[in-house]
Amino acid sequence: MSDTTATTRVRNQPRPYRRRVPILWWVRRRSYLLFVAREVSSVFVAWFVVFLLLLIRAVLAGDDAYQRFLDWTANPFLLALNVVALLFVLLHAVTWFNLAPQAMVVKVRGRRLPPLLIAAAHFGAWAVVSAVVAWIVLG
Amino acid sequence: MPKQRIEPILWLLFSAGGIVAALMIPVLLLLFGVLFPLELVAPPDHAHLLAVVRNPLTRLVLFGTCVLALFHWAHRFKYTLYDGLQLKGLHTAINTFSYGGALLGSAVAGYLLLLLPV
Amino acid sequence: MAKSITMQVARYRPDREAEPTMQSYDVPLRKDWAILDGLNHIKDELDGTLSYRWSCRMGICGSCGMTVNGEPKLTCATFLTDYAPGPVRVEPMRNFPVVRDLVVDIGDFMAKLSVVQPWIIRKDEEPPDGEYLQTPAELEDYKQFSMCINCMLCYSACPIYGLNEHFLGPAAIALAQRYNLDSRDQGSADRMDALSASTGVWDCTYVGECSTACPKNVDPAGAIQRYKLTAASETLKAFFMPRGGR
Repeated sequence: MSDTTATTRVRNQPRPYRRRVPILWWVRRRSYLLFVAREVSSVFVAWFVVFLLLLIRAVLAGDDAYQRFLDWTANPFLLALNVVALLFVLLHAVTWFNLAPQAMVVKVRGRRLPPLLIAAAHFGAWAVVSAVVAWIVLG
Repeated sequence: MPKQRIEPILWLLFSAGGIVAALMIPVLLLLFGVLFPLELVAPPDHAHLLAVVRNPLTRLVLFGTCVLALFHWAHRFKYTLYDGLQLKGLHTAINTFSYGGALLGSAVAGYLLLLLPV
Repeated sequence: MAKSITMQVARYRPDREAEPTMQSYDVPLRKDWAILDGLNHIKDELDGTLSYRWSCRMGICGSCGMTVNGEPKLTCATFLTDYAPGPVRVEPMRNFPVVRDLVVDIGDFMAKLSVVQPWIIRKDEEPPDGEYLQTPAELEDYKQFSMCINCMLCYSACPIYGLNEHFLGPAAIALAQRYNLDSRDQGSADRMDALSASTGVWDCTYVGECSTACPKNVDPAGAIQRYKLTAASETLKAFFMPRGGR
């Protein structure tokens, strides 16, 4: 008796349908596209490190090398690359500071600080650091 | 077992790198990548920049920024390839390229910023 | 307002077809009708063979989750008039195997819920006289994560779960946090293995779509990120103070 039940069960078993995830799953929704753009921004973060190290090497090598570096940055292709890089890095910064409050729960005297305050503090720190760095660089 | 112990450390490096990159990179990239080349702002003269770069605190901050930013890239890029292009099968190659690249870049940064006698 | 709206509903009859197809029905466009009311009209008046899940029709049971015009929604809480003049496309929740029409196999999700040991874990065997006391502040610590109705819209929205069915997933992790952060619970260490496994929180790349889809504002994405921080600090503690750790 258990044998017939088992076979009946197998015969009536539904065949579930599983949709394959396409390679470009992330172009289908704006939110997914923004997510992938945010992830790709990391490539431009790495590019900046390379760029920074080239700048430092030029500065350490002397005034001529430094001037040549500055001329090189004016090259249209490099300039375009850096503009694109800047846009992606800004995307990274803005998304990072907006998301950070959700990951952090800061309590003052037993009450949780509102996420908006934490985000504002991050953006404030960003403004301060940028100002300080710019002041140091421009001298 | 190993993955449970390394992954949190890599994530911490990624997070620290994310914060540092977000704070430091936009202004530096704006200045050296856009404003100076377009001559919208006058670039600093060499003597001043050399003095800045030679300063031990600057060197430490820049070194830290480079290392953390590179490890931020390594972690995020790895997952972009895993999820965005579904290349999780190539995880050994991807991990080697990402973290290997980050280590290499960190070594170069260390050499330029910490070891080169100035 | 137009009198009717076309609903394009996914049909899948495994005994007859290899892939889902779409079937169109015209339902009355009533101001107070949700997608679920449209589906009930189809089943009652037009086509009794349509299969779908629903129960409370008021957004608390979590049964009626489906994909409406590409978005994960509770069909009892989504109104036909929002899609006028239509047509509106109703498909089963993404990322789950489709059993029939709009019904998906939720077995994987049910298994994952128990993996995180979603109950109060105490070291002592003796319960107190009366109940465990908890201040309002202690309640606030985990309350948001207790609002989950297990509707699985977060799994439907999560691209990582779509790519990798072994990922523990938003609701399960938020549920674990609901207990980890409960002052009455002493079981964080017991849940750590499941949460910090490679298919636990570390698969998550903070896309954030789960929190966007959640109809109860549980914010599972936040729960996951908070746990990453917890797990990372536990790892550091164990590294630097091996005997003082777990």
